[in-house]
Amino acid sequence: MTDAIHIHVSINGNTVTDSVIPRMTLLDFLRYKAGMTGTHAGCEHGVCGACSVIFDGDPVRSCSLLAVQANGKSVMTVEGLSNADGTPGTLQEAFQDAHAMQCGYCIPGMLVSAHALLARNADPSLEDIKEAIGGNICRCTGYVQIIEAIQLAATRLREALK
Amino acid sequence: MNEHPGANLKFVSRKRRVREDKRFVTGTAVFAQDVNLPNMKHCAVVQSPYPRAKILSIDASLALAMEGVRYVLTGDEFRANANDMKFGLNTPEVKWYPLAVDMTRYAGEWVAVVVADDPYTAEDAAELVEVDYEALKPIIDPEQAYEEKDRLVHPAHGSNVLYDGHFYWGTVDEDFVAAEERLSYRVRWGRSSTVPIETFGVVARWDEAVDILDVWASIQMPNYVELLAATLRIPLNCVRLHQDVDVGGSYGVKRGIKHSVIVGYLSRLLRAPVRMIEDRLINMASGDAHGPDRIFDTQVAFNRDGKILSLKIRALDDAGAYPGRAPFQLAKPISAIVGPYKINSVQYDAISVLTNKTGQVPVRGFGQSPTNYMIETAVDKVARHLNLDRIEVRRRNFINHDEFPYQIPSGSKYDSGDYHTVLQKALDAANYDELINRRDAARAEGRLAGIGIGTCLEPGGGNNIFEYLMNPSAEITTFSEGAEIRVDPDGLVTGVVGTTTSGQGHETLVATIIGEELGIDPDDIRVVHADSLNAPITRSPVASRMAIMLGSSTAAAAQKIIAKAMKIAAYNLQEPEDDLEYVDGSVFVRRDPVRKLTWREICFIAHKAYHKMPDDMEPGLQAQHVFQVPGGGQLPDESQRVQIYPCFSFQAHIPYVEIDPGTGHVKILDYAIGHDCGTMINPDIVRGMVIGGLAHGIGAALYEKFAYRPDGQFESATFADYLMPSVYEVPMVKDVDHCTPSPLTSHGQKGSGEGGYLGAPAAIASAVNDALHPMGVSIHELPMRSYLIENLLNGGKTDP
Amino acid sequence: MKPAPFDYALATSIDEATSYLADGNGEAIVLAGGQTLMPMLSMRLARPELVIDINGVDELFGIEETDDSVIIKACTRQVTALHSEIVKSRVPLLHKAMHFVGHFQTRNRGTIGGSVAHSDPAAEIPLAALALDSEVELRNVNGSRRVAMADYVVGPLMTAREPDELLVAVHLPAIVPGVTTATSFHEVSERHGDFAVVAVAAHLTFDGAICTKAAVAFGGVDDTPVRIPEFETGLIGETLAYGVPDAALDLISDGINPGSDQHASANYRRRVARTLANRAVSEAAADARGGA
Repeated sequence: MTDAIHIHVSINGNTVTDSVIPRMTLLDFLRYKAGMTGTHAGCEHGVCGACSVIFDGDPVRSCSLLAVQANGKSVMTVEGLSNADGTPGTLQEAFQDAHAMQCGYCIPGMLVSAHALLARNADPSLEDIKEAIGGNICRCTGYVQIIEAIQLAATRLREALK
Repeated sequence: MNEHPGANLKFVSRKRRVREDKRFVTGTAVFAQDVNLPNMKHCAVVQSPYPRAKILSIDASLALAMEGVRYVLTGDEFRANANDMKFGLNTPEVKWYPLAVDMTRYAGEWVAVVVADDPYTAEDAAELVEVDYEALKPIIDPEQAYEEKDRLVHPAHGSNVLYDGHFYWGTVDEDFVAAEERLSYRVRWGRSSTVPIETFGVVARWDEAVDILDVWASIQMPNYVELLAATLRIPLNCVRLHQDVDVGGSYGVKRGIKHSVIVGYLSRLLRAPVRMIEDRLINMASGDAHGPDRIFDTQVAFNRDGKILSLKIRALDDAGAYPGRAPFQLAKPISAIVGPYKINSVQYDAISVLTNKTGQVPVRGFGQSPTNYMIETAVDKVARHLNLDRIEVRRRNFINHDEFPYQIPSGSKYDSGDYHTVLQKALDAANYDELINRRDAARAEGRLAGIGIGTCLEPGGGNNIFEYLMNPSAEITTFSEGAEIRVDPDGLVTGVVGTTTSGQGHETLVATIIGEELGIDPDDIRVVHADSLNAPITRSPVASRMAIMLGSSTAAAAQKIIAKAMKIAAYNLQEPEDDLEYVDGSVFVRRDPVRKLTWREICFIAHKAYHKMPDDMEPGLQAQHVFQVPGGGQLPDESQRVQIYPCFSFQAHIPYVEIDPGTGHVKILDYAIGHDCGTMINPDIVRGMVIGGLAHGIGAALYEKFAYRPDGQFESATFADYLMPSVYEVPMVKDVDHCTPSPLTSHGQKGSGEGGYLGAPAAIASAVNDALHPMGVSIHELPMRSYLIENLLNGGKTDP
Repeated sequence: MKPAPFDYALATSIDEATSYLADGNGEAIVLAGGQTLMPMLSMRLARPELVIDINGVDELFGIEETDDSVIIKACTRQVTALHSEIVKSRVPLLHKAMHFVGHFQTRNRGTIGGSVAHSDPAAEIPLAALALDSEVELRNVNGSRRVAMADYVVGPLMTAREPDELLVAVHLPAIVPGVTTATSFHEVSERHGDFAVVAVAAHLTFDGAICTKAAVAFGGVDDTPVRIPEFETGLIGETLAYGVPDAALDLISDGINPGSDQHASANYRRRVARTLANRAVSEAAADARGGA
């Protein structure tokens, strides 16, 4: 078997260099090699969406990628949604204002999906929002406050551009 | 009508950010999986492929020979060095060890645990542990298990019956004779659960220098620390549970006691921190997190005006192979066994049986949701039988607003409620008249459309007395909760919570109530989770109890702070306390408000200026209070009548569904809900709980099932087979609140964590059966999967 | 849930990928979007010695069109196909099927080729490909061949692809200008985005009001996605204005071989296959009438 493979991954704008065994998932790499514990393991079989990250611009499930596949790529995690000084960004503020969570475990994946939605659609409809988070399971909220939070964030982001 | 006490409240019931949320949106919360200690070892589990088998031998030599593998633990070794896990029933021969001893009792049961330097190696090694089994025929069907004499899950116990209890409250036989009408029916609640997105995880480290077992766990469980200590044969004050770990959802099921005693044992043995994080397959198959699995046979006695006189209920619950506290989920519903209705008498036969399935644990509502489904089905059936409106029948049977406190046949006194008003609010939110038009128009076009009517009571506050009902050797009559408030010399306030949190917002609760009582902005108050060795008394955040219990204990502790501040002020202002007034931290002379002592002055005196303190007063400014469950402290009377829970919230659910007649697929198109949990400490938290619980209920009603094949093999280990509602399956719920304060709590608050889940399954079943009614069929089992409904529409009961 | 050990090779060309496959002695597996393979690896249901990553092969990405076909390269992401104007206008059946495929995150990564290569009997993309009489282009170090979809799916998760072959593209016949073609895709699953319990893809050609050619594929009702020639023949010459004739629908049950599991009984699948076939064909026929 191959020994560890050396990889360079840009995570939230910072390059992380490490060696990984081929079978290590991107999820495990982010959590246990890169120290990005905001990304959570939910099912590890590509269904629940808790491990969602933005990979080369698109939200994907980090349990369904190998760490070696991220070599030379950029990854954005929930930690990357905060402002440079660590304060929450607009979307994160809206999630707080709408109390769009309870236990918080699925929320990083929700935020990543919502972020990708708002990056390409400043005025999403209810159906657009459902499509964006349709692959993220939340067991606490029943989704209503999450939808309201995304709508709130969209409104605030549009107003900020005026 | 609305008795909202809000006028005088500054912080309670006001919209306020939930302080826990910030760490979740920034990804900085620390869950059990995020605890990473130096030299930490990792576990993987060897599972039994057989639902029932003798273990002939276990050979771990190949696994142990692998590089990076540190240990392989078996059930025999654990049994030799530790105790079995006790769970409360008086069934000493039903022994539960974390790893199978001699025989396996369900498919997936843990047979051995491998410890390695990393989780990948641990899994590799687990595959190399060779176990020889002699497969035995399992017992899977609960009704067969009840009758079975030879095929026993725990042979030493002598039967598969864990508990077979009979309760008879009031004049049941007379009422059945006197009633103008009677009907009977069977409903079945399928095996589902809450399935948090975080699996259970635990890290343990034995600190030899101080004789302390440090534990970080995603736990929500009363008696967890006691059970750990007792099982591992170590003193209770040697276990330190770190309760500042966030729990990624629980709703009752985060009870990984088996996992915890394993890592506790191993960390001491190996002199290294040991971590066990369930993966999803383990979590589903053998993480001890399945919920009730129940058959109800019910008889109803009623008059032609729709008034229900009496119920005879037989509940048969399939507890699985290792019951834990599952059987008590038959006893808690006694606290609201007649729902919100005036029913004169009840007979209740509660049976818990063992089968070769995964053990059941407490799930949101602790058995109340299946029971409520059974009660609400009775009301719908009475209405259909008499050709009366389902709402009208409910109104005729509701306990009225002016009849509280109201004692039900099983002994509970309901504290307060206004069921008529809340139901009306829900109907208004649903636009009920328009909804009927919509349904009827859909029917006219040949579609199957239905409106559901469902109500529920949510008993909140908890009280262990249900345990006594099933095991009189357990003389436990309280389920208290403590709070601690510390004020520092600068006058800054810290609240101390004695337990973990799993999304309920306890920190926000405590800060809001301290702020309200002391007149301090909650944002300036710190709230911390103490570890179990320095925490206030807690029975853990179960039973919809924290607003009631922690809220009331916090308010009482704050009043003790104020009382001391008043004494200090009286001493320094040289005025009698009766002439002083506490306002937002400062103490004024009422007739001369210029004379006052500020909060900072009081706090400085308390901590540092002992010469300004009254004689013999204890220095410092801090207070603890332990709140006793209202109505607790009593044993049942000779008729087994007793107050089990103190507070009773109420909800009314109005879903609208349409069913595809060709496929049987149910779509919930609209949903309105009215809820009354008394004073809402934080309205956003309550709303989230209500709608989130409702979404859980949608899952239980339509999709979620832990399926077993007749041969005992488990079929629902993945999220592709265990179907939880996504955003597409949960409608944009219209919610409306109402406030009938509880007279028993600090601010009139009641519980709100369970009601959504208690009401939704019943209401959705009501809607589906309303939709099916024109076709002359009805469905009486959950989840109401498409194929079951389609089969009914095809006139068949032939399909498996 | 950690994968068993394997070696990893990143291919940057088709030749490189096929050469890795040739050296793999049947123990190599191709990683495209990973939405099926990665869970199978994590559950240790797949235990290859070598994982060949083709995400670095530029020539495996893209959608091309010719006069009579649309060619979707194997590594084309599902999201690309979903939003492709070419697919929408020239292979509308696939476009309709794509709306049932997975979720936002999985479509961003999952590929057309990966889904066809795996050919789950309940998956939408292979079902549409079968209804369209598509061909699968396979390549090994010795050359390439094209296999009709009907011949490609041979058994439960078994295909005609040899262990040394790489699926490089799916060739989908495009609708022909001037010919009235109507398509419809119907599916029942408990939740939005799940694999189908039963799915039906219909692709019909009309001359005026009369159906002249019919292709209807059924998913979730057999070991593979299936066509039922007798049923299709029963549609030809009909207007289908009042639904599918019972005589034709009656042929469905014998043309499929569904199983029973926790999600549905075999009989349910039989009845729903009939229901959805009727709906899909009727809807397509109505579209054809409306568009004629």
